[in-house]
Amino acid sequence: MSLLAVSDVTIRYGRLTAVREVAFTLAEGEILFITGPNGAGKSSLMRAIAGVTPPAGGRIDFGGTEITGRAPEEIARMGLSMVPEGRDVFGSLSIEENLMLGTGMHSRERGWKARAASALEEVYDTFPILKERRHGQAGLLSGGQQQMLVIGRALMTNPRLIAIDEPSLGLAPNITDQVYERLIALRAHRKLTLLIVEQSSTRAVMVGGRMILMRGGQVLLDGDAGAMGQSEALQAAYFGYGEH
Amino acid sequence: MLQVLFDALSLGSLYALGALGIALIFGVMRLVNFAHGDVIAFSVFALLWPSTDAVAIVFAGQMPWFLLIPFILAVGAGLSVLSEIVVFRRFRHASPATMMIASFALGFVIRYFLLMLFSSRPKSISLLPALSQPVEILGARMPLLQLITILATIVMLFALSVFVRKTRFGLEMRAAAENFTMARMLGVRANRVIMGAFALSGALAGAISIILGAQTGTADIQMGGAVMLMAFIATVIGGLGSLEGAVLAGFLLGAASVVMQTVLPPEARPFRDAFVYGAVILVLLFRPQGLISARGTKERV
Ligand SMILES: Nc1ncnc2c1ncn2[C@@H]1O[C@H](COP(=O)(O)OP(=O)(O)OP(=O)(O)O)[C@@H](O)[C@H]1O
Ligand SMILES: [Mg+2]
Repeated sequence: MSLLAVSDVTIRYGRLTAVREVAFTLAEGEILFITGPNGAGKSSLMRAIAGVTPPAGGRIDFGGTEITGRAPEEIARMGLSMVPEGRDVFGSLSIEENLMLGTGMHSRERGWKARAASALEEVYDTFPILKERRHGQAGLLSGGQQQMLVIGRALMTNPRLIAIDEPSLGLAPNITDQVYERLIALRAHRKLTLLIVEQSSTRAVMVGGRMILMRGGQVLLDGDAGAMGQSEALQAAYFGYGEH
Repeated sequence: MLQVLFDALSLGSLYALGALGIALIFGVMRLVNFAHGDVIAFSVFALLWPSTDAVAIVFAGQMPWFLLIPFILAVGAGLSVLSEIVVFRRFRHASPATMMIASFALGFVIRYFLLMLFSSRPKSISLLPALSQPVEILGARMPLLQLITILATIVMLFALSVFVRKTRFGLEMRAAAENFTMARMLGVRANRVIMGAFALSGALAGAISIILGAQTGTADIQMGGAVMLMAFIATVIGGLGSLEGAVLAGFLLGAASVVMQTVLPPEARPFRDAFVYGAVILVLLFRPQGLISARGTKERV
């Protein structure tokens, strides 16, 4: 059974239709890239999945439960952790406070404090720089460090699925490499399901896994990233048919 | 001299508490709550039986102080939370201007409700009369109330600051004030945080109404108005949404008022407030973002 199922989702802003009847599923443990040029509707789709802007049509299911139109905090509490475009660290909070924020949803459970502490240690092991600066203001971190912080923060919620909107945004290529390295290690280690949005398909082809290519609010291609990397259809779809 | 200092601190306490009540709600909702002053008035009137007589018929006011104070704080908090559930919740996605107008309207509803039950005539009450006795400190005589006002404010500010910095709820409130959408995506419950902010703000309104009621010995449906205006200005000077800024600016405004009262020549004193507002304009000209600008005031809910 699929962990996430998006069925014919349509998203509108006033008269503009940003996403038109998009459908895909994501199985437990899978890694799925959603790629496409500026304005393809990738972030809109992410915000709909996270419950921030409910879709105008279609439905979204997570873990076998319909989540269309549910509040973002409810969806997060079901185990879907969204890292939005632009990262959104809480700049005035310390790094540790940023990380601990995500554990609040478990504070009614038995033994959550011990689990939060061990989750914190795990994040610090993965991203040692965060431990070093844990009492410092998060707003003062560099872009790459902030990206590590928000991934760590998403991990702290102990999610089943992490969705990340453009992790490479504004990062130097070697920093992006580092971020991906840790993501992939985490995925293997925690059996995480990953949904990653990137503009370019290069990263998806490198990492492997499944890839969806969106353009103009619609899904153009859906398949194995490695195989698609070889095909000319990818280039054509990305830049548009008959535009050159 | 010492008298001036104590006057400044006790007036500043009122403004700081008022400003904090406004800043708390602004932080999580981007709402400037003009009904706050009417919550102050309501909290005092909750002690009285409805009647239009000049002499108040005391009802809950006969309680001993250790019950009376929590009672008034709870009334303020309760009314404030109720106004969130009944009114402001429906305006969460509305523009700040719409919410502001809703708060004006709510303020009028509360005021006219009191007017209906109690008439507009101020009523004399004796709230915590033991506090009006003078005490002598370092050679200066002042009402015990003034001293207690200052001490109680300091204790409240300290407790609130520990609460906001050290508790889970405080952490969620600070995160929500900075970026509510992101906080929700981490599982922070919007309703809980907003209701909590309203409860705290309402309890602060209750505290102000105790101080005002004890100071003036009257219950007046307009009593919240004057404090509110200054408190609102303090939140703007402090940097809207910044809790520290609101408190700092509240004390500064209190000090400015008292100092001008003493240094202005007697014939200019009736115009004291004009001078205070003049100073406010100067501050805003040089620091339009306020003394302490709140960081990243991004989206609301
Ligand atoms: N809040 C909004 N209000 C109105 N229009 C919006 C809003 N957000 C996005 N859009 C529009 O919806 C379309 C899709 O935008 P979206 O941000 O989802 O694209 P994207 O694929 O994430 O692009 P990018 O790669 O640049 O991040 C664009 O035309 C954009 O202008
Ligand atoms: Mg985007």
